[in-house]
Amino acid sequence: MRTITLREGADLDGFRRAVRRLAATRTAPEAVLWSVGAPSLFGDEGPALEDGAPVLLPQAVGQLIETVVCHGDPERYALLYRLVWRVLNGERALLDQHADPLVHRLERLDKAVRRDIHKMHAFLRFRALPDPDGGERYVAWFEPDHHIVEAVAAFFVDRFESMVWTILTPKGSLHWDRHRLMTGPPAERPDSLTDDRFAEGWLRYYESTFNPARVNPTAMRAEMPRKYWANMPETAAIPAMVRAAPARVQAMLEAEAAIPRRRMPEKAVAAMARQAPESLAELNRLIQRSEPLVPGATQAVPGEGPEGAAIAIVGEQPGDQEDREGRPFVGPAGQLLTAALEEAGIDRGGVYLTNAVKHFKFVQRGKRRIHQSPTAGEVKHYRWWLMTELGFVRPRLVVALGATAALALTGRPVSVLRERGPMVFDGWNGDGWDGFVTVHPSYLLRLPEEEERRRAQAEFVADLRRAATLA
Amino acid sequence: MDDALIEKLGILADAAKYDASCASSGAKPRSGGKEGLGSTTGAGICHAYTPDGRCVSLLKILLTNHCLFDCVYCINRRSSNVRRARFTVAEVVDLTLGFYKRNCIEGLFLSSGIIRSPDHTMEQMMLVARTLRRDHGFAGYIHLKTIPEASPWLIEQAGLWADRLSINLELPTDHSLKAFAPEKNGGTIKAVMGQVNERIVEAKEERRRFSPAGQSTQLIVGADDATDRSVLETSGTLYQRYGLRRVYYSAFSPIPEASSVLPVKPPPLQRENRLYQADWLLRYYGFTVEEIASGGEGGMLDLGIDPKLAWALKNRERFPVDVNRADREMLLRVPGLGARAVDKILSARRHTRLRMEDLGRLSNGLRRARPFLIAANYHPVGGLTDRLDLRQRLVTPSSQLSLF
Repeated sequence: MRTITLREGADLDGFRRAVRRLAATRTAPEAVLWSVGAPSLFGDEGPALEDGAPVLLPQAVGQLIETVVCHGDPERYALLYRLVWRVLNGERALLDQHADPLVHRLERLDKAVRRDIHKMHAFLRFRALPDPDGGERYVAWFEPDHHIVEAVAAFFVDRFESMVWTILTPKGSLHWDRHRLMTGPPAERPDSLTDDRFAEGWLRYYESTFNPARVNPTAMRAEMPRKYWANMPETAAIPAMVRAAPARVQAMLEAEAAIPRRRMPEKAVAAMARQAPESLAELNRLIQRSEPLVPGATQAVPGEGPEGAAIAIVGEQPGDQEDREGRPFVGPAGQLLTAALEEAGIDRGGVYLTNAVKHFKFVQRGKRRIHQSPTAGEVKHYRWWLMTELGFVRPRLVVALGATAALALTGRPVSVLRERGPMVFDGWNGDGWDGFVTVHPSYLLRLPEEEERRRAQAEFVADLRRAATLA
Repeated sequence: MDDALIEKLGILADAAKYDASCASSGAKPRSGGKEGLGSTTGAGICHAYTPDGRCVSLLKILLTNHCLFDCVYCINRRSSNVRRARFTVAEVVDLTLGFYKRNCIEGLFLSSGIIRSPDHTMEQMMLVARTLRRDHGFAGYIHLKTIPEASPWLIEQAGLWADRLSINLELPTDHSLKAFAPEKNGGTIKAVMGQVNERIVEAKEERRRFSPAGQSTQLIVGADDATDRSVLETSGTLYQRYGLRRVYYSAFSPIPEASSVLPVKPPPLQRENRLYQADWLLRYYGFTVEEIASGGEGGMLDLGIDPKLAWALKNRERFPVDVNRADREMLLRVPGLGARAVDKILSARRHTRLRMEDLGRLSNGLRRARPFLIAANYHPVGGLTDRLDLRQRLVTPSSQLSLF
């Protein structure tokens, strides 16, 4: 008979070392006595154990061991070793056999530990203590059933990494100073943890969120057993809440239907319906206050030009330069558009210029910000603004430059080269506009051949001229 | 935190408590790191339970309980004499951070009465979420109750910051909505659900963040005369058409300052419970609304037994089911066997022929399942499912005879 002595608590390392040695010597579970705490009075019987090689176990078995070693049951190591032994001796899929008595028992231990961990995540309460150097320090006292203090550490560090906190339990303690986690010995219940007014506020919240008409203390206790109450300040209110509930409900049931004391706020109710922006300027303020869908842009770039313009030209989205200046069509493509408009005999100042998407989307490459096309979903997000905007401008004709603008105006994918020319844009609720689809000037900039570019540019100017005759 | 703020908190938590949802689930795991605060774990945590047995997971409050709407079932309707209060954006932010740091909550569930206009209200709510996320690096859970009458762009901005958006339909039929909530419109609500669903699906495809934990809604049960069947039909449609994560059922509960149009009565809690069970069958057990409704009478579920047992008792010819042979779909229909137990049965029976004592280790509901099962060493004698008193036997636990 071999006696293995592991340290108090969840001794995962000790158990792992023991398993390696026992597996190396092919020691059957019946020949091992597991004890916890001080080394056995009789010491190890039999020859000294050599360190063994790692044992290969299915992942699920490893996970089960990690949890079950935290359990308070003194038999846990013996049970786990029986599992390991059987898995190593032909029953690789033992954990799938949920009806096996050993597996069933280990599953129950596993579940108990998981529940304990979950309840500690849930029911632990920090109290804020003033820190000598002006900051705040948070301290909690909690009494877990099992040896889970180290198992919960990752959760609290992850959640409260930016705070300084201490968790004290009878099974060990944790301290986090915003950089390092220190584990400490079992602690005594602190005499008094002073509460600040947040604790008072929390109590009020707890009382107020309770609905007396649904009182059901059994359901509450099933999820929040009494043993946890001592460390949760809000539970002090429970007895009074339960006691008062029937009378509160009775009072509600017996009360006469209320007669409203206030007059009907007719003006306010009528005003409520007038919430849409009432001018283009107001709409632009909304747009400028809003967050870009894809983070990065410096500012929103609203449209520009006179309300009532005969032609509104809709591009894709602001580029690098537009994003810096906050005005549409001022970059290279914008300059090309200005030149083309001039050539077509259209005064840029008399045209309303805007974009389907109001924020610049890009990827940073070194110092350069490389333009990224908006996705169909992003275009849809910006549609409400574009439609409302055009509703204020009321142009006779809307020109879509490129596929993104055409998508925004029609709500469907449009092939620009195939469908270029006049088109009806349905608008928001069928109250649409006469439209015209042509290429985006940035397309001209991207054409590699001089000759090709000149031809495309002439076609673009011709399109603009034709559009002007339709407006 | 001063007395005035505590007083406001009391009023605005009281005003928010008729919303059943408090879930903090469905967010992807993330954390705020050294500069921010908080984390989400995916599963959600209940930090306390109140004596009504309900979970306290999020700080569930209204921004204000002033409201221009006049929905008769609601304590905050404009014609109610209830005490009114209003938080500032900064106050809600401070409360959320303060309670979060004390590990009292998973995050914030913010809703509001309609003040000034739906847009103004929605913008204030969105600002709370934006301030928490951007100015405080708050990585906890945020659930925003969307105001369906607000402009689409505001709802879309809200989705950039929230983990979950919800829009309460409140009443299952357009007819009831018209009668009890004159400012609401079923069409508008569903249009927004459609819009939000479209944005969530797009964002997923385009790997953007937009209400990553989906959307949910609430139906009030027992205020109008809708049957369980019509409630479930509404839910079925909402799940299918708008990809909702959850439909919450809230038993119409007595409120102080009740309206004369809708007198109060004790909340139909049992009915609410049966609807949740039916909802589960709808989503995870492969039942149709028709099948569930057929277990009851006149479109109402049987209050005495759960809807799965009710269906089984009316479809006895499909039982008993052999646990060693039946497919998953049929095992899921056995009363007393939950989805987990069924999965354990499926994996365990690959290794061994299951006997009754094995099943006792796989499921906690064996007492109810027994008459509907065949195991390796067990066949219900004399066709237990044929017994007329089967319902009775399953409802009241059989008591042992004792020698005197």
